[in-house]
Amino acid sequence: MATASDAPNQGFRLSQLIYDTRYRSLTIQVVVFILVMGGMAWLIDNTVQNLQQLGKDFNFGFLFNRAGYDIGQQLIPYTNDSTHGRAMLVGLLNTLWVSLLGCVAATVLGIVIGVLRLSNNWLVGRLMTVYVEIFRNIPVLLWILVALAFLTEVTPAPAAYRVNAETGEAQASMLLFDNVAITNRYTAVPAAEFTRGLGAIETPLAPISLNFLALAAVVIASIWFNRRLVANANKVQETTGFRPVTWWKSLLILFGPAIALLVALGFHLVPPELKGFNFTGGVNVSNAFVALWLGLTLYTAAFIAEIVRAGILAISKGQTEAAFALGLRPKRTMNLVILPQALRVIVPPLISQYLNLTKNSSLAIAVGYLDLRGTLGGITLNQTGRELEAILLMMLIYLAISLTISGAMNVYNKSVKLKER
Amino acid sequence: MKKTVFLGTLAAAGLTAGMAAATTLEDVVARGELNCGVNTGLVGFAAPDANGNWTGFDVAVCKAVAAAVLGDASKVKYVPTTGQTRFTALASGEIDVLARNTTWTFSRDTDLKLDFVGVNYYDGQGFMVRKDLGVTSAKELDGASVCIQTGTTTELNLADYFKANNMSYQPITVDSNAEGEQQYLAGACDAYTTDASGLAATRAAFADPENHVILPEIISKEPLGPAVRHGDNQWGDIVMWTLNALIAAEEYGVTSANVEELSKGTENPEINRLLGVEGELGAMIGLDKDFGKRAIMASGNYGEIFAATIGESTPIGLARGLNAQWTQGGLLYSPPFR
Ligand SMILES: N[C@@H](CCC(=O)N[C@@H](CS)C(=O)NCC(=O)O)C(=O)O
Repeated sequence: MATASDAPNQGFRLSQLIYDTRYRSLTIQVVVFILVMGGMAWLIDNTVQNLQQLGKDFNFGFLFNRAGYDIGQQLIPYTNDSTHGRAMLVGLLNTLWVSLLGCVAATVLGIVIGVLRLSNNWLVGRLMTVYVEIFRNIPVLLWILVALAFLTEVTPAPAAYRVNAETGEAQASMLLFDNVAITNRYTAVPAAEFTRGLGAIETPLAPISLNFLALAAVVIASIWFNRRLVANANKVQETTGFRPVTWWKSLLILFGPAIALLVALGFHLVPPELKGFNFTGGVNVSNAFVALWLGLTLYTAAFIAEIVRAGILAISKGQTEAAFALGLRPKRTMNLVILPQALRVIVPPLISQYLNLTKNSSLAIAVGYLDLRGTLGGITLNQTGRELEAILLMMLIYLAISLTISGAMNVYNKSVKLKER
Repeated sequence: MKKTVFLGTLAAAGLTAGMAAATTLEDVVARGELNCGVNTGLVGFAAPDANGNWTGFDVAVCKAVAAAVLGDASKVKYVPTTGQTRFTALASGEIDVLARNTTWTFSRDTDLKLDFVGVNYYDGQGFMVRKDLGVTSAKELDGASVCIQTGTTTELNLADYFKANNMSYQPITVDSNAEGEQQYLAGACDAYTTDASGLAATRAAFADPENHVILPEIISKEPLGPAVRHGDNQWGDIVMWTLNALIAAEEYGVTSANVEELSKGTENPEINRLLGVEGELGAMIGLDKDFGKRAIMASGNYGEIFAATIGESTPIGLARGLNAQWTQGGLLYSPPFR
């Protein structure tokens, strides 16, 4: 039986690949795929050929050789006898450390500025606008350099703290009861020490302080108990209408055990002391680190402020009015009504700011802070001549860091997302 | 079908890439310009003067090579490189010669695939401190902050030296000499360490050179010399024998003033071969026979270059010391031109 509406069957023509919408998207995909694979094949082929021409091989054995250089800032034990692999690890930890502190500080500062920019106070609002415009429109490298120049130029040299034998006076004096010395190289702060410490477990990575572990355990336990206390108070309030007084119990639970532990361990602070050329005994926080951290923080905070402001503005005015109608004060309206809703607008772009900050931390080399780029991608690369390996490894590590950050933030984002029922 | 066309193109691209590998000499001649890697600015060794013309001890090597190969000492493109970028610049072909206070070491010569063609300055690593620190020996630097240029041999020597002497120090890593100078002057470090010649040159550029001392200890051997890529021996020979021509010229008393005169022929067959009056030495390295004469005419012989750029009459004021001719008790010794 023949149907009249049958399309004339002309068979398959090649032009259908482009003009027929049934095939077009497939064609495009195949072409793009081939181009991408071809591009990659070309790159790899090129690399292999060039390596061959230079007579170089591709191997990561250098990571197990002695590094031979020293690193100024290190979070885990490292000497010039350690391997290049360990130098890389030291650099990686430095990267993570400055990025973490940078993200935390930039978030706090960014939220404050973003909220204040919406302030009804004309002067405050304008001041925050000026902050945002200045910091986000000048490259972050300049801010880092400015911060370092500021720290080196306005602060005294360590030698200025030396007491002159004749006059009995020093040109500069330490702050906070002789505990802190700000110099043009670093800020010397007291170190924490325990007279009756528990020692440390040696691991290949770094010694883990048992004192620290004990303190962390106690603090976590305290927080858990405090939560139970508050939950209990809520229950009482709901059933009886009266809220039992908890603040002093909370204080006691939160701080009591920790303080008791510190006393038991013989916790005390050792102030830094000027010996020879430099301060020793305490902890020296290098200006390179502070400058990098400050630069990254101030710059990224400007972007975060804008994100926060956008997030708040995205919440309709009706929400505020409704909250006011319920008798909530402006501050509580912000905390209880606006911010929780704004978060779901804020978090996704916030992730990219965290990623930016982490990647921007590779500008550390400009101030001599040895991060991953400075160790693996700098000195190690240069001393071993393993450009390709070092750069590839560095790219992989940055990629892994970035993916981890965005993965973690996406989980958080899910938790603050509007729950539709 | 698509696939075969594509693979064909790929193969063709690979082939042309393989064929494009001409020799460095051919490249330089075709370009009409020598790409010479120098440092980013170290007065006396390589730095642009007030008119933007590069001058200095290392620059003179570039000029001599350009004169020998291209017949014109001004046909040089100076590429400033830092301690970190210099070897990559050479390996990637961005520069043809590296003349940048670079120490000849085993691993650079082998593993990094460079070829050092000789030594144009025998140096060693030293320390500079402020006079008012009252330090008179590097052994008194325990606990000091030391500025150190990254990507250098000096970075490794420093670590070794302090370890061997059971001392500690705080490294302040800098990327270039300019940054090191700035950090040192700002007091971010107590001592600045690098090649002693570099220290002298750096100090000469200070506003108050008299307030800084270079400590007596020399903690390493730093034979500095021009380097080329490993594998192109003809090009390596050209640079090597250009440098040797400058050294031999001083030994035989050939100067920029009398080279024209001497190239008309002399009693000394060695000078005749050096200046191309006799023999066909130039042809053996792919150049003409006058290459030695042109190299010497570029900025004079080794002694003239030394005196004009870093010698005792310049603000840098370096003595010849190890860098005197072997006949004068130094280490400079050119193999014979024959
Ligand atoms: N000779 C050492 C050190 C070379 C070096 O970096 N020298 C410094 C000071 S002598 C320099 O040339 N700096 C100039 C610049 O930073 O461009 C090496 O080859 O690793």
